[in-house]
Amino acid sequence: MNDSTQTQGKQGWWRRLSAGLRRTSASLGGAVADLVTKRKLDGAMVEDIEEVLLRADLGVDVAARIAAAVARGRYDKAISADEVKAVVAAEVETALAPVAAPLAIDAGRKPFVILVVGVNGSGKTTTIGKLSAKFRAEGRAVMLAAGDTFRAAAIEQLKIWGARTHAPVVAREHGADAAGLAFDALAAAKEAGTDVLLIDTAGRLQNKAELMGELEKVTRVIRKVDASAPHAVLLVLDATVGQNALAQVEAFRKTAGVTGLAMTKLDGTARGGILVAIAAKFGLPVHFIGVGEGIDDLAPFAARDFARAIAGLDDEA
Amino acid sequence: MFDTLSERLGGILDRLTGRGALSEADVDAAMREIRRALLEADVALDVVRDFTARVREQAIGATVVKSVTPGQMVVKIVHDELIATLGADGQGIDLNAPPPVAIMMVGLQGSGKTTTTAKLARRLATRDKRKVLMASLDVRRPAAMEQLAVLGRDIAVDTLPVVAGQTPPQIAARALEAARLGGYDIVLLDTAGRTTLDDEMMAEAAEVKRTANPHEVLLVADSLTGQDAVNLARAFDTRVGLTGIVLTRVDGDGRGGAALSMRAVTGKPIKLIGTGEKTDALEDFHPSRIAGRILGMGDVVSLVEKAAATIDAEKAARVAERMRKGAFDLSDLREQLTQMQKLGGLGGLMGMMPGVAKIKNQIASANLDDKLLKRQVAIIDSMTRGERKNPDILKASRKKRIAGGAGVKVEEINKLLKMHRTMADMMKAMGGKAGKRGPMAGLANMMGFGGGMPSPEDMAKLAEKMPGGLPGGMANLPKDLPKNFPGLGGETPGGGLPPGFPGLPGLGGKPPLPFGLPPGKKK
Repeated sequence: MNDSTQTQGKQGWWRRLSAGLRRTSASLGGAVADLVTKRKLDGAMVEDIEEVLLRADLGVDVAARIAAAVARGRYDKAISADEVKAVVAAEVETALAPVAAPLAIDAGRKPFVILVVGVNGSGKTTTIGKLSAKFRAEGRAVMLAAGDTFRAAAIEQLKIWGARTHAPVVAREHGADAAGLAFDALAAAKEAGTDVLLIDTAGRLQNKAELMGELEKVTRVIRKVDASAPHAVLLVLDATVGQNALAQVEAFRKTAGVTGLAMTKLDGTARGGILVAIAAKFGLPVHFIGVGEGIDDLAPFAARDFARAIAGLDDEA
Repeated sequence: MFDTLSERLGGILDRLTGRGALSEADVDAAMREIRRALLEADVALDVVRDFTARVREQAIGATVVKSVTPGQMVVKIVHDELIATLGADGQGIDLNAPPPVAIMMVGLQGSGKTTTTAKLARRLATRDKRKVLMASLDVRRPAAMEQLAVLGRDIAVDTLPVVAGQTPPQIAARALEAARLGGYDIVLLDTAGRTTLDDEMMAEAAEVKRTANPHEVLLVADSLTGQDAVNLARAFDTRVGLTGIVLTRVDGDGRGGAALSMRAVTGKPIKLIGTGEKTDALEDFHPSRIAGRILGMGDVVSLVEKAAATIDAEKAARVAERMRKGAFDLSDLREQLTQMQKLGGLGGLMGMMPGVAKIKNQIASANLDDKLLKRQVAIIDSMTRGERKNPDILKASRKKRIAGGAGVKVEEINKLLKMHRTMADMMKAMGGKAGKRGPMAGLANMMGFGGGMPSPEDMAKLAEKMPGGLPGGMANLPKDLPKNFPGLGGETPGGGLPPGFPGLPGLGGKPPLPFGLPPGKKK
């Protein structure tokens, strides 16, 4: 904890990630080390490894699978903590590597429309702010659509992000029809020759059929302006969420046609393991992870870094 | 999920039937399934471990009651132990202090603090008739203060004017000062969301607490939280010191294991639960309901309570009286449909039924949503008074007119009429024996027909009956529904659209023990 000030400075991405994931690593790595120091691998130890993984929200099935992989061919052999960590990291990486894909902006689509969805409080608006900053830094013209017309002051929040990142914000009054607003925003973005249009939506729990229907409508209406839009539908997941994240992915994929994920708040949690379970079940690309509250604390997802950080391995560099 | 757990346990324990007591080996096998079920419900591992150890102790040697299977017996023990762990009922917000009573809200980002603050303010102001002041101490998130101010305007509760550049402890001090001068009873302090790792922010929260000396410090936590719930609760409790927990997003389809984790780790009571996006969606916490959810058993008690609170008892009594006489016309049906809408529509109802959670999405995809109710009401609204009273006069030309008026097809009118006829017939049939002790007494009572609130025993009985009470019209549900789904069996009169509760007579044959155990039966 004492090096928290260091993490503020300009550093490599790795360091920021591992600082963000520090507790995941510390708890997971520490626990694994406790388990296997000078011990022979037996059934009880495998069970312990499994429990350590469960604690990181990997879920019952994935935890069992990784624990089994650790055990394979190693029974009755003395095993070191580093070895266990390496196997855990390798397994996690295997699960995550196929889904680690950056969000490719197709410059041919003008504007490239990104619809941002998720349950309440997952961090959609903040993620849009960070994305806007990122795209602006890449020299793109960005427009934001304040599609969360339900939550009090969500529009104001997005406007502040718009001002910070010098991106125009299309907004209507509180309580306005989100689909209509999305329509207007897309028309405006087309007019202005914007490169990327980020559409915010109100948070909704995935089991509310009515609200999910509303989301469907947003997509439908957008298509009236541009039949190929939205070009990306980003589901924002909170890293502290447990097994319910699977239900969220499932429902949002079905109604909103989610094309990729962003996981937020990895800074505050000892977790994030649910991402492994999600990757195993859905294979949806993970584009970004948010590891801090700063405007640039959103970065492309890198399977290897994430896996190593989760397993508590230091960067070899 | 309960069904699954019950089935799984059944598979392990069924061969025990008749042997009388549960052996150690059997219980161990059962515990593995329970452990898995709890982990899938996001109960933290340590808590799961302690918990299964306690259940194991109780289960070994427990005598199996004749009428239940050993699997059900174990589930019963698990359920009871869950309730015991979740704590006693009815620990409300403690306002017993000299005014202004400060209540501080803490939690992670996005857990729902600001919304919960407004909900609590509304509850204290309208239900408890207190003068409430809200203050946002969130100087970090853009427009957070604005959000609280807007919510305050919506619910007509005062918010502390924003002064730029103040630190949270300064704002807290100013809020208390303003409350003292303004004669407020309660001050709600909405703090910024923080991560448990952020020492600076945690120190700031502690500082605010020192300044404001709040009577309650409530941790606002997402019920969808995973294994991290223990760390989160522990961190806030040790760094800031909590007096209670508010669970949010309980209306999601998460299983709420976080509740058990946080309660077990901190020993602090769960005082309130957030059950919706609107500012009135804040309810008292009842351990039995969360216990049912963790096991996937639905929330029958909530349903009953909600029904009792929402249904206009007088109107219901009138309808019941008419039912008894066999004079149940379309106006009465309309009454029933609108009351059902008030209960949150089909979706809301189904969510609370045991075992239904799983098929809810299928229902949603089958478009059996509230539109259906609305459409049925529209059909009835398009009829003349005479037609409503005497549907028999509805011939083709009238139906055509009604269809035009309601914007539906004629066949939908036919469906509605058929549903009404089935219901009316059944009501007539039971009219004679609809006495206090009749099979429908419980249900009628619950729907407010008997007048007065159902007693806990009635509710328990109801819990037993309810699933069978699913209307026969449910036969229209998607084909891939589980065949053995309670109340969906072919034995209930089919046809018509799912009238939901109006279809009370749908209480067909004996429900296949949907609740696992006849409630009230003790080991």
